[in-house]
Amino acid sequence: MIEFKQVSKVYPGGTVGLNNIDLKIEAGEFVVIVGLSGAGKSTLLRSINRLHEITSGDIRIDGKSITSAEGRQLRVMRRGIGMIFQSFNLVKRSSVVRNVLAGRVGYHSTLRTMLGLFPKQDMELAFSALQRVNMLEKAYQRADQLSGGQQQRVSIARALAQEAKIILADEPVASLDPLTTRQVMDDLRRINREMGITTIVNLHFVDLAREYATRIIGVRAGEIVFDGPATEATDEVFSAIYGRPVSEDERLGGRNVEAI
Amino acid sequence: MKPSEGYPVKPSPSLKKWMTLALLLALLWLSVRETEASLSELIGGIPEMGKFIAKMFPPDWKYLRVVLKPMIETIQMAILGTTFGAIFALPISFLAASNVTKGWALRTPARFILNLSRTIPDLLFAALFATVFGYGPLAGMLALSFFSFGILSKWAYEAIETIDNGPMEAMTAVGANKLQWIYFGVIPQVLAQFVGFVMYMFEINIRAAAILGIVGAGGIGIYLNRTLGMFRYDQTVVIILFTLVIVLAIDAVSSRIRGKLI
Ligand SMILES: Nc1ncnc2c1ncn2[C@@H]1O[C@H](COP(=O)(O)OP(=O)(O)OP(=O)(O)O)[C@@H](O)[C@H]1O
Ligand SMILES: [Mg+2]
Repeated sequence: MIEFKQVSKVYPGGTVGLNNIDLKIEAGEFVVIVGLSGAGKSTLLRSINRLHEITSGDIRIDGKSITSAEGRQLRVMRRGIGMIFQSFNLVKRSSVVRNVLAGRVGYHSTLRTMLGLFPKQDMELAFSALQRVNMLEKAYQRADQLSGGQQQRVSIARALAQEAKIILADEPVASLDPLTTRQVMDDLRRINREMGITTIVNLHFVDLAREYATRIIGVRAGEIVFDGPATEATDEVFSAIYGRPVSEDERLGGRNVEAI
Repeated sequence: MKPSEGYPVKPSPSLKKWMTLALLLALLWLSVRETEASLSELIGGIPEMGKFIAKMFPPDWKYLRVVLKPMIETIQMAILGTTFGAIFALPISFLAASNVTKGWALRTPARFILNLSRTIPDLLFAALFATVFGYGPLAGMLALSFFSFGILSKWAYEAIETIDNGPMEAMTAVGANKLQWIYFGVIPQVLAQFVGFVMYMFEINIRAAAILGIVGAGGIGIYLNRTLGMFRYDQTVVIILFTLVIVLAIDAVSSRIRGKLI
């Protein structure tokens, strides 16, 4: 369970990123966060694993405060949270499997990881993670030889290798084409259902949000302006979140895209 | 075109920028003036140059046997100097790079050492070490180590500062400690480049090592100095040609390797 308690974030320039957020996300939920550009979606997501520091309040993960965690404690909490980035953030010159194994470093000593002495179970974890996202046969290719969608699936495998209980995905499909977008979103949903990993995704597309989310959170100017099941998130709700009618480029297009 | 009311106005170039430009122009003008004076000397020296070249021929090829050993010594100096320089350059370049070392408490001294070592030219290093450790290849090796350290660490830290932030952010997110973060997030991004730098540094060092002997730091330079002093330009030319061949051979091999890395 992830818990926000009166969380605020003010950026050095004075911009309010988050304004007094109270929020509870239960284990196993598939939450999609929507909002205009600059609404504070990334700030919200990245404050969960402290890639962004908050200014006040407290964020608790399974009852433990990550806000006050330090050093080893913080690293242990972070290794339980996988993160998927818009730009994949793989080491492009390294092999796929090495990128996935990088998800394991939090479990071992510095020396052991630097000598590449990952235990056999780690290798198995990495390969089974790659299998889950259908990337097993690319294991020994260099990451920069993969397409965007494939790279994103590798980064999902990295989160799985971490044995993360939570996956945070900041616009995971924003640089992908419609078809690959579906594949990546399908992977995330499957992992969420089969492994019960709590998944929180920032998305731009209204229809994708409705299709994949069990719960939608609407953010506007650093505040939560909607929080409810996907079925309740009608076009009117989205208009309210955006402060204007939903425009066409905020829709990815119907499921028929898959038929291509 | 003036933007209408309400739009942000483009900030005007600050006074500092203009001052910098003026200073640069002044420096340029001064250096042009200075070199003009020596330009006439250069032209006056052309006949001397001709005599020098005439005395080079025919080259004394037998001299090759004499300079073979010092040439090997020169190459050894360059190899060891480059290696030691590289070993110390990598860690300090991580400390100097602002995207790796966030706190200034470590970064500022690292940058200071880095800049300081580059202000001292290789010949001065060599003269210094020759005085301390006596004339010989040890002094040359040490001089090249310091010289390489200064240059390599600057190249490396500049390369590190331009790498993609993404993998590093990802390593923070997986819970890596600082060393793992560097090893998995930074090093794979710069390693090939760094190896290329080291190869290139080796090429530079071979050339530098050939000169260092002039100030007593061992290697081929001593012989260069000696033949020049005795006006045996027919032997000097052998040294020059030999060095040229070695340098070209090493350049060819090293640029091959560098090409493969990218
Ligand atoms: N490092 C920063 N320094 C100052 N202000 C920032 C910084 N990062 C974000 N902001 C500001 O905080 C607000 C929220 O930004 P955030 O990145 O969370 O928005 P977002 O909803 O993720 O937008 P997008 O959809 O464009 O990614 C914006 O007004 C943004 O300009
Ligand atoms: Mg964002």
